[in-house]
Amino acid sequence: MTVAGLIELNALEAAERLQNGEFSAVELVEAYLGQIRRHDPAILAYLRVSEENARLEAEAIDAAPDRPPLGGLPAAVKDVLVTEGIVTTCASRMLENYRPIYTATCIRQMRRAGMIILGKTNMDEFAMGSSTENSAFGPTHNPWDLDRVPGGSSGGSAAAVAAREALWALGSDTGGSIRQPAAFCGVVGLKPTYGSVSRYGLVAFASSFDQVGPITRTVSDAALMLRHLVGKDPRDSTSIAYPKEILIPEDRDLSGLRIGVIRELVGEGIDAGVMAVFDQTVKNLAIAGAEIVESSLPHAEYALPAYYILAPAEASANLARFDGVRYGLRAAGAAGITEMYETTRSRGFGDEVKRRIMLGTYALSSGYYDAYYGRSQKVRTLIVEDFQKAFGAADLLISPTAPTTAFRLGEKTGDPLTMYMSDICTIPVNLAGLPAISIPAGLSDGLPVGLQIIGPAFSENRLLAAARGAELAIGFDAAPPLGEVS
Amino acid sequence: MVSHDDVKYVARLARLKLAGPELERYAEQLSGILDHINKIAELDLEEVKPTSHVISITNVFREDTVRPSAPPAAALDNGPEIESGAFRVPPILDTEEQ
Repeated sequence: MTVAGLIELNALEAAERLQNGEFSAVELVEAYLGQIRRHDPAILAYLRVSEENARLEAEAIDAAPDRPPLGGLPAAVKDVLVTEGIVTTCASRMLENYRPIYTATCIRQMRRAGMIILGKTNMDEFAMGSSTENSAFGPTHNPWDLDRVPGGSSGGSAAAVAAREALWALGSDTGGSIRQPAAFCGVVGLKPTYGSVSRYGLVAFASSFDQVGPITRTVSDAALMLRHLVGKDPRDSTSIAYPKEILIPEDRDLSGLRIGVIRELVGEGIDAGVMAVFDQTVKNLAIAGAEIVESSLPHAEYALPAYYILAPAEASANLARFDGVRYGLRAAGAAGITEMYETTRSRGFGDEVKRRIMLGTYALSSGYYDAYYGRSQKVRTLIVEDFQKAFGAADLLISPTAPTTAFRLGEKTGDPLTMYMSDICTIPVNLAGLPAISIPAGLSDGLPVGLQIIGPAFSENRLLAAARGAELAIGFDAAPPLGEVS
Repeated sequence: MVSHDDVKYVARLARLKLAGPELERYAEQLSGILDHINKIAELDLEEVKPTSHVISITNVFREDTVRPSAPPAAALDNGPEIESGAFRVPPILDTEEQ
């Protein structure tokens, strides 16, 4: 099989052919390393490629008598998940040289199943951002148009999958950080139900929202990866034993499904080009047998304000650990410990991280706590109840994944609030802890548009089955125009 | 709405040192963001219970058994300054303590 042929296979196909001995894990890994060498100098999806390690692991898998289920499938890993022996930076100066002494549980599980790590991908610093421009090591470029952002914060992972620089990837999603970049890059991104995947070894941003999930080329690949990600972990007491086995969805239509279009997340505030693709998608879902109904989240407009209190509040506490004492950056020359803390944190954190720490600290400070943090927790309840009511009349809910397609690099960096609006469709889902997937729905002016499908808690099998049905109904088969680079 | 002094105060709580122009910029940006956030003030939330965690689990216990933890050398490995098996820090009794 040619190298070009190898990297066109999705994970399910590659797994089957590896089992059949049609090619080796080493050949597959080499094909991806070659693709990274050719295209990553322009895309910059990776912060670090662990070439040597990937080769050694592939050789070991080829030499073993039995191939584990994911044996030899190479993945890109967002640099927010700690990997023993591989520098893990969270795209921050603070952790530029941090070499973890343990590995995140979800990665251990994937590795036990045979997954190979190709490298660590770029992201917004500490997963705070919607464009990957907040990386201390420079932005990632969207493979569909190098002048545009890949979305964020898991922009490196999404760009790597779109550019065939990885078979699939791991991301994390606090307010849309898997789904929005997946939409911008024309790939599939799944945020699982909160608690399904262990957060042990996921560097914490906002602990009551953060969740790890797959970024893949197909819905079935997302199911395959999720099957190995879920599970209760004694090291994360918020993790839950997933109630059933995650199934690879069958190829079937959408008959018997009531799909609700979320009234508040369509129309005003969504670009016309995105709406055109979305409207066409809704028609295709109906043709595929879905019963389309109108749904409502009456409090949706309060989700973004509440999120921008709650998530920064949690972040301000979580990021207190970066103090220059036990690991990471330490500013030299301070006379006392307070000065050391302040200098270290001021040099180590970028603008957006400081902004969110300040916002969170402000919201939690005496005199403002009730008005901001207390009220936002109550808004969270209203959002949870909105979803519960909506799922009374619909099996699944849909909206565009993001209000725009990929925007230009630098276009929104000067105005934080405009950047935050990029997650307006995804944030309500995180407030309620629900599972949601973004799949490619079409192109608008040559740029991908994502369809977001949302399900009730722990309905991943239903969600994936519907997403597979939608994938068939949509028939998206465009690929980014990767120029031949020397 | 968020003043220069507010930003200075919050930065101190958060152990961040901000220079003059940064204080200006953050005051302006945080004001803009909080303006938007203040939308939640228009809701009547008197009867609404707060949500701190979306899945209902309480009191997750484990057996109180002794298990190996990271060896000291590994735990110290990333430390910026190590002395006698401990993390060394600058004087903790600041003379500048305000």
